[in-house]
Amino acid sequence: MARMKFLCDADRCIECNACVTACKNEHEVPWGINRRRVVTINDGKPGERSISMACMHCTDAPCAAVCPVDCFYTTADAVVLHSKDLCIGCGYCFYACPFGAPQYPRVGNFGSRGKMDKCTYCAGGPEADGSQAEYVKYGANRLAEGKLPLCAEMCSTKSLLAGDGDIIAQIYRERVTKRGYGSGAWGWRTAYKETITV
Amino acid sequence: MSLMAWLRRGLVAVLALVAVVALVPAADAQQPTSVNPRASSVQEDQLLRQLQQVDGRITIPDTRAGVLIQPSGREWQVFHQGTMRTVGAIAVLGVLALLVVFYVTRGRIMIDAGPSKSKILRFNTFERFVHWLTAGAFIALALTGLNITFGKSVLLPLIGPEAFTAVSQMGKYVHNYVSFPFMLGLVFMFLVWAVHNLPNATDVAWIKAGGGLLKKGVHPPAKKFNAGQKLIFWSVILGGTALSITGVILLFPFASGLSIADMQLAQIIHGLISLVLIGIMLAHIYIGSVGMEGALDAMASGEVDLNWAKEHHSLWVKEEAGKSAAVSRPAPAE
Repeated sequence: MARMKFLCDADRCIECNACVTACKNEHEVPWGINRRRVVTINDGKPGERSISMACMHCTDAPCAAVCPVDCFYTTADAVVLHSKDLCIGCGYCFYACPFGAPQYPRVGNFGSRGKMDKCTYCAGGPEADGSQAEYVKYGANRLAEGKLPLCAEMCSTKSLLAGDGDIIAQIYRERVTKRGYGSGAWGWRTAYKETITV
Repeated sequence: MSLMAWLRRGLVAVLALVAVVALVPAADAQQPTSVNPRASSVQEDQLLRQLQQVDGRITIPDTRAGVLIQPSGREWQVFHQGTMRTVGAIAVLGVLALLVVFYVTRGRIMIDAGPSKSKILRFNTFERFVHWLTAGAFIALALTGLNITFGKSVLLPLIGPEAFTAVSQMGKYVHNYVSFPFMLGLVFMFLVWAVHNLPNATDVAWIKAGGGLLKKGVHPPAKKFNAGQKLIFWSVILGGTALSITGVILLFPFASGLSIADMQLAQIIHGLISLVLIGIMLAHIYIGSVGMEGALDAMASGEVDLNWAKEHHSLWVKEEAGKSAAVSRPAPAE
């Protein structure tokens, strides 16, 4: 089985936000929820870099560990998903998540956050694959159709890579070797406890 | 014909241009072959070492999204799933075990002189209301708080995920809203009892005598509250205040510019203090009910047995006797 991962090649990202838009459109994500976002570091200074970030589908996911109702599960492809039927909207996953991935439909006063929403790696949720119930709660299930996440598929510079960890690491390694530089696989050390050495 | 001539001329021009362009890299070969745009670029490792997290600029209104990577989330996870559960297990099971040992060795602390016929008012209606307001709220908060920490290991396997979610969802709302009566109770409690809980010389003697808890027939003098009760009072007031402040922060997450590190710290303080307070309260509940004959009356009817009062709060009984003598109230007929 594949071990699905995301990798953002920051030396290619041009902060066009197409990944963000693709995600919002594909899953009809409500206003105010950002399953994916682009963060620019050292904005306006020499050497600034933009990185597209969403749920990294961590190894030993912290969100799953701290969840008081155990609503998370990991698929055979190592995608971290959760059940909105079991989520109580406590907000602990947001405190534990190293990447700010969990989103809540409401701001959160008096515990009224609502059910948590996050990137599903375009893999839906516990409902039957491709069902209407799954779509309404979690968005499209592209993985079940044999397709990769739309954010990466749409990326105009192929900065954002999605797929089996070994394969995308190899693609990144080849790029770095060829062009002679690479600012690293952002978040990999925190998410997967490993990094890509070239 | 003229078209062909024009094309031929055009082709020659293009070829000439290509030749010129092809010559340029040859001239350039003496210079560095490639520019390294990474020379001044940001490095993840460096940023994490310097700031423990990576922040940037975002184009969406949610300012929290500007935090790109915060590895401290993993540290909070270790606290939440490790340290806090260990402290909680010690605070709850450890104190319960100690209480069982204490009960087995010391037994129920009885009134040495036996129950008398007369009673004395120890807590008036308002004092009892304040006590039970705070106590009831605390029990609700403690149970729902323990559920959010330990429920998935204790209750979830028993009742299944759907029922457990329903219970925890209710528990969350109870915890969020019952916090307000608890805070009100704290304020009242402070106003009503703070004066009686100021430390004084009798407390030293009381502590030296071990509060008379360990030996039968030993009753160090005490006023309205003995040193042990004063310790409980101040742990409730100070611990409760800390719980209130951190609790309100958790109720209004990220309010007034609080960062994710602030939220994690608030949860850590809230969790640890509440567990310690739960341990203290278990001991308080024990000694106020099963552990001592006549103690529960103080908070139930408010009137305690006179012999109990003389043994446990001798100085207070004298004060009360002095007061009633001063106003020369006739003794009520039995």
